[in-house]
Amino acid sequence: MTNLTHHTLPNGLTVLLREAHSAPVISWWLAYRVGSRNEPTGLTGISHWVEHMMFKGTERFPAGALDREIDRAGGQWNAFTSMDATKYFETLPAGKIDIAMEAEADRMTNALFDPDETESERTVIISERQGAENQPTFWLQEEVRGAAFRVHGYHHEIIGDETDLRRMTRDDLFNHYRRHYSPANAAAIAVGAFDSDEMLAKIERLFGSIEASAAPELFARPEPAQSGERRVVVERPGKTAFFELCHRAPAADHEDWFKLQIMNAILSGSGGASDNKTSRLYRALVKTEIAAGVGAWLMPTVDPYLYSIIVTLRDDRQPKEAEAVLLDEIARLQADGVSEAELEKARKQTRAAFAYSAESVTEQAYGLAQSFILGDVHWFDRYSERLMAVSADDVLEVANRYLAPKNRVVGILKPTDPEEEAPA
Amino acid sequence: MTGQQASIPNSSNIARAELDNGITLLVYENPAVQSVNLMGSLHAGSIYESPDKSGLASLAAGALMTGTSERDFDAIHGALEDIGADLGFRGHIHKAGLSGKALAEDLSLLLNVAAEALRNPIFPAEHVERLRGERLTWLQYSSFDTRYRAAKAMREALYPAAHPYHYGTYGDEESIAKISVDDLISFHAAHFGPRGMILVIVGAVDSADAIKLATESFGDWRNPAQPAVRQAAAPDTCSDDLRPVVFVPGKTQSDICMGLIGPARKADDYLAAQLANSVLGVFGMMGRIGKSVREEKGLAYYAFSRLGGGHGPDPWTVSAGVNPENVELAVASILEEIKRLRSEVVSDEDLADNQSYFTGRMPLRLESNEGIASHIHSMESFKLGLDYLANYDELIYRITKEDLLRAAQRYLRSERMVVAVAGPDRENPESAD
Repeated sequence: MTNLTHHTLPNGLTVLLREAHSAPVISWWLAYRVGSRNEPTGLTGISHWVEHMMFKGTERFPAGALDREIDRAGGQWNAFTSMDATKYFETLPAGKIDIAMEAEADRMTNALFDPDETESERTVIISERQGAENQPTFWLQEEVRGAAFRVHGYHHEIIGDETDLRRMTRDDLFNHYRRHYSPANAAAIAVGAFDSDEMLAKIERLFGSIEASAAPELFARPEPAQSGERRVVVERPGKTAFFELCHRAPAADHEDWFKLQIMNAILSGSGGASDNKTSRLYRALVKTEIAAGVGAWLMPTVDPYLYSIIVTLRDDRQPKEAEAVLLDEIARLQADGVSEAELEKARKQTRAAFAYSAESVTEQAYGLAQSFILGDVHWFDRYSERLMAVSADDVLEVANRYLAPKNRVVGILKPTDPEEEAPA
Repeated sequence: MTGQQASIPNSSNIARAELDNGITLLVYENPAVQSVNLMGSLHAGSIYESPDKSGLASLAAGALMTGTSERDFDAIHGALEDIGADLGFRGHIHKAGLSGKALAEDLSLLLNVAAEALRNPIFPAEHVERLRGERLTWLQYSSFDTRYRAAKAMREALYPAAHPYHYGTYGDEESIAKISVDDLISFHAAHFGPRGMILVIVGAVDSADAIKLATESFGDWRNPAQPAVRQAAAPDTCSDDLRPVVFVPGKTQSDICMGLIGPARKADDYLAAQLANSVLGVFGMMGRIGKSVREEKGLAYYAFSRLGGGHGPDPWTVSAGVNPENVELAVASILEEIKRLRSEVVSDEDLADNQSYFTGRMPLRLESNEGIASHIHSMESFKLGLDYLANYDELIYRITKEDLLRAAQRYLRSERMVVAVAGPDRENPESAD
């Protein structure tokens, strides 16, 4: 893709603009370089809670006022906290984007963190965590992360530990906000039907007067090298077993990440198809009726994270059966590599997936916001090109390097019979 | 500004063709993208199945792509996945739906595979068994999902056992075990046919070319066995137990699903009811319910209302996830907001806000091929006219505060409301119902 305007304001705010005139719509994003990886013990979940508090008002836009303003304009707005970032977005009809831009400039520095609102939100956040706990796979995910990361902040769930959510104070939240919400730690992104010069002038007017400060020093502790397989078993009432096989993966700015992404496309599929019924893992696990489903994820992260394969077992099958099949598939990949036909399919799927995502300005803007977080504003734009450059030899090499037993974290969700567990 | 902005789809820019076998084709050119989207439906939903084989229509739709007389399972999926395309079929209550997408250059292949799957499926036993097993796993997993259980309990209490809306389209563990390959073949032979089928194509295509390709794929399809289209009336009765409670072991949160019979999409007061619903549980971060239950009382992460509005008497629902200790307080707060909506006209500001919300969001909904295709499909399926979107603002601004009050009073009769709760048994947290 071309026509990216990349600019930095004197106060350090990064600006990324891309005109797209296919629909009379603009997607406007503010991305902050702070996520759950930057949270010390005792403050887990604070980035996500701060995100919630950003919807609780400023003096200019009291709580609820922007909900009404954005909806009245026919817009859509929301926010996401991830392990690496906190992102806010508004997608609006092009003629109505100003309210969103003014709101983001205002709440970068003027969020109130009213004590009563903070207490009210505490129960909402705990309710969000309890809702997630109702899904057995949440418990598995939480334990697998904990096992994979002993030191690094990726070790806890983004929502945070309940004990921290119960004890965190309003001042903890406010300090976290003050430390991380500043121009030098943020990017403003717009994609849609606008003129770039006019949009940049608006951003300079709204954000240019915000005081400059040095980018904050982020809490981050590198994970020591793993020296052998780690394994966790979670037991929850239910009928469905899950098996998760993870290997340590590089950060998204590493060339190997793209090689692993192609490897993943060949193993589990990628692109437009909702599930890939010709992928290696589908054939090995679902067609053989061991699993009801299989999925795999390689997330683009700032620091090295995990390549995860998750298998949903059919009710008469055991996790060890899925494990044996997966290890066989990995061994085959490490010995024989991949064919040119498989590589070509992965490339075409990548091109199609990119075309689908380009239909939406919101998705395009998300891609730019993610690029900023990953430290390379061209990361999203070069994504396809970097994948296309991956060769069969590259895949063979990363399969052997990364899918090694000593890099492995295994998680098993074992369903338990509720009747047997009921107290007498 | 440069480039080309898509205009609102209307009768002058949607190409519409009726084939002599009863299929309606609609094509909208969107040259701003590289892809094409396919969306369609035909009269083969669960309303045509018997309760003891609940799940038949959905299993038939899901199994269409497990093998055809032209291609086996691997050939079907290989053809699509090799080009990054996607195609799927789903069973709904009234209709079976299809959706697909591909790069625009691959429309012909997408249509060919869709036509083969719809016209010539062979339902290979091995693949049907596998699909059945996958669905059993999903149903078993869902039986421990409090949201699913609350919605199911609400549905089963609101609609009596003789009503098609009583059942989930996937059926249950018992009913799908009874479905044979012969049942699938018979259901397909009787219900999958061109009469009443709608097919929408949106993307970087030429309208005339797309209609020609679709006609080549579907134009000679015939099925004289197709029965008359079935309708579902609103039920006269509901369960004696309007407060079903489902205990699910090992959970920390309770899910609430409250429901009443709402208007069908074609009802005269449908848009007024939609606006009333927006005031109640959508606008400004989940409306009045969100403000009361989430913002003011801090009881829930989510609390919202939703109006189904399909071909029949879909439910008007309110859903919330709360700590088990707060269930009664949340339910009372929601009922209070419903009572208020039934007894007071909304303010001028409320009406204006929601009218602006409804009309203003249209450009966002028409941003993608899929969004455009969905709206065109709705206009055709509900016989709204192809200028419905072009006239939408006028329709919305014609609605009055009194219209909202009448819709609320007509449908939100809280004495008939089902309040279903699924969550842990607070007295005995590990026990099941």
